[in-house]
Amino acid sequence: MDLLYKIFVDPFLQMGTAPDLLVQTLWEGLVAGVLYSLIALGFVLIFKASGVFNFAQGIMVVFAALTLVGLHEHGVPAYLALALTIAVMFCLAFAVERLILRPLVNQPDIILFMATFGLTYFLIGFGELIFGGETKIMIANQLGLPRGAIDLKMAGGFVSIQKIDIAAAIIASLMVAGLAIFFQRTRIGRALRAVADSHRAALSVGISLEQIWVIVWFAAWLVALTTGIMWGARSDVSFALDVIALKALPVLILGGLTSIPGAIVGGLIIGVGEKLGEFYWGPLMGSGIESWFAYVIALIFLLFRPQGLFGERIIERI
Amino acid sequence: MLYREAGQFKTNYAADVAVFPILQDRIGLAVILFIAAVIIPWFGSSFLIQAIMIPFLIFSLAAIGLNLLTGYTGLLSLGTGAFMGVGAYACYKLTTHFPNVNIIIWIAASGFFSAAIGVLFGLPSLRIKGFYLAVATLAAQFFLSWCFIRQPWFYNYNVSGAIEVPTRSLFGVPITGATATDTTRYFVVLGFVVVMTWAASNLVHGRIGRMWMAVRDMDLAAELTGIRLLPTKLLAFATSSFYCGVAGALLVFLWYGGAEPAVFDVNLSFFILFMVIIGGLGSLTGSFFGAALIFIMPIVLRYVPPKLGIPIHPATVEHIQYMVIGALIILFLIAEPAGLARLWQIGKQKLRVWPFPY
Repeated sequence: MDLLYKIFVDPFLQMGTAPDLLVQTLWEGLVAGVLYSLIALGFVLIFKASGVFNFAQGIMVVFAALTLVGLHEHGVPAYLALALTIAVMFCLAFAVERLILRPLVNQPDIILFMATFGLTYFLIGFGELIFGGETKIMIANQLGLPRGAIDLKMAGGFVSIQKIDIAAAIIASLMVAGLAIFFQRTRIGRALRAVADSHRAALSVGISLEQIWVIVWFAAWLVALTTGIMWGARSDVSFALDVIALKALPVLILGGLTSIPGAIVGGLIIGVGEKLGEFYWGPLMGSGIESWFAYVIALIFLLFRPQGLFGERIIERI
Repeated sequence: MLYREAGQFKTNYAADVAVFPILQDRIGLAVILFIAAVIIPWFGSSFLIQAIMIPFLIFSLAAIGLNLLTGYTGLLSLGTGAFMGVGAYACYKLTTHFPNVNIIIWIAASGFFSAAIGVLFGLPSLRIKGFYLAVATLAAQFFLSWCFIRQPWFYNYNVSGAIEVPTRSLFGVPITGATATDTTRYFVVLGFVVVMTWAASNLVHGRIGRMWMAVRDMDLAAELTGIRLLPTKLLAFATSSFYCGVAGALLVFLWYGGAEPAVFDVNLSFFILFMVIIGGLGSLTGSFFGAALIFIMPIVLRYVPPKLGIPIHPATVEHIQYMVIGALIILFLIAEPAGLARLWQIGKQKLRVWPFPY
């Protein structure tokens, strides 16, 4: 009985008695969720356009952030470094398409999945070789990102909000809006959607798959760069970050592998759920439940909707 | 010239469906077994046995386990590391609570614990497919890893949080723990691997294996032909986890001699998955090839440059190693997506018709 009380009643009483803590936890969850969403967004872009389950998205985040910081360390001014990094991202997208995707075209999904594993390992080694393994500090100030915190008064206390988190949320929304416009309103966007619907049909109406893949990987690298800057500004830039790719996987399956709104909503659900779970139910089970709680949320959702919240309905034919 | 089945006539059905229908294959197998069981323990150095052969065999066993699930039944799993962990921890709990029972029995029994956990986490596989399922199995991976770290019951409330292997003997000869010799442990591992490979071979060549393959090729069609999906998939999960569990128990008891929970993290799962993919999905021979390649490649990369007199900083070696492994994985996938097992098949075919091209 005592255990049931602790699971089902006590946490809610705590929420009621200290609403400021609840709001603070919710906000932290939302912020973490935005970052998960961004990583998931990178996954979804690539999965939609090329059917590749891109495991390398996490390391791409690290690599993009490291390139930016590394360039700045070598004396390149911040904004020039940003521009150069974007150029490097384009070269990498081009290289990935030419060296990995093109030779492996028409292979089963699992083979492409494994190839992105190879890419992950390569980028880990390459990144450490060039930039060194030590932790670096993101050049958030030089890029003009705000810092410090705002304290909001609330019933029973106050809620502390980091300015960088607000900036992250705004930039993420702008980027999603930009991507949505790009997908819906431009010629290339229409081509991208066509490729996502069917490779073969897109080819037959004269859309160049190679071009589309470069564009899509470039977009994913840009998303990775944004994620890297935001995440790096909150903590540091280090290779430990690549585990956040694993954090983004439940977001993906929760939202559906092919849905951009799904990635956003899924990220927010997972972020909030994870923080609430850790804060209110974690102590019951000996803390650290963040590592698997998201997966359990996703698993429960999946049992009811096997294609995720917003995924395309799975229709099977013989 | 030597490898040719001319003149070997099959006179009954059993001979025709034999796993090794060609005489030369049987001789080859016998030679391999002879080398493994006699030559290596007699002439092999301690380094060869302890640092290469034992882990190679154990990883092969784990790769066979994952191959049964991913290669034969088509269910992608990223929870292998955790299932191996279940085997290791189950064996540890069993042998510390019942020290008088033979350790061989406990190693085999730990597989059943792993199988039960595997079935539990395999339950969603009926509704969830493909990459969605892979992520679902990651839930098992992270949950179980967390258990091994945070729940002290699993490691008997040790202060260090790690498990240490006690000394256990068979017929008065210590086979686990610090006093066991390399050769003894090698024989135990070899015994397990040979018996379980033989069992797996029989499984996949029989009715169950065909059911699995039907499910892999198209589960909906398989269901329509009267294969019950849930039991078949769960059986695959159970068998696979059994193999992984035994491999995990062997890994800790006969190779490491002790383990921290970090051993069974998600990287181990990926490591085994590499072996299966590089070796060849749906091939038992391929599992051995894959384990050999993926396990031995880093060792070669570590020892060869110094031998050639190339002075490299150890940290740099490690980075380059990562790059080379990544690049090699991609290269292998481009060169032969069906894995080393397919190369082996092609080689054998070429040998059969040699000196003619076809």
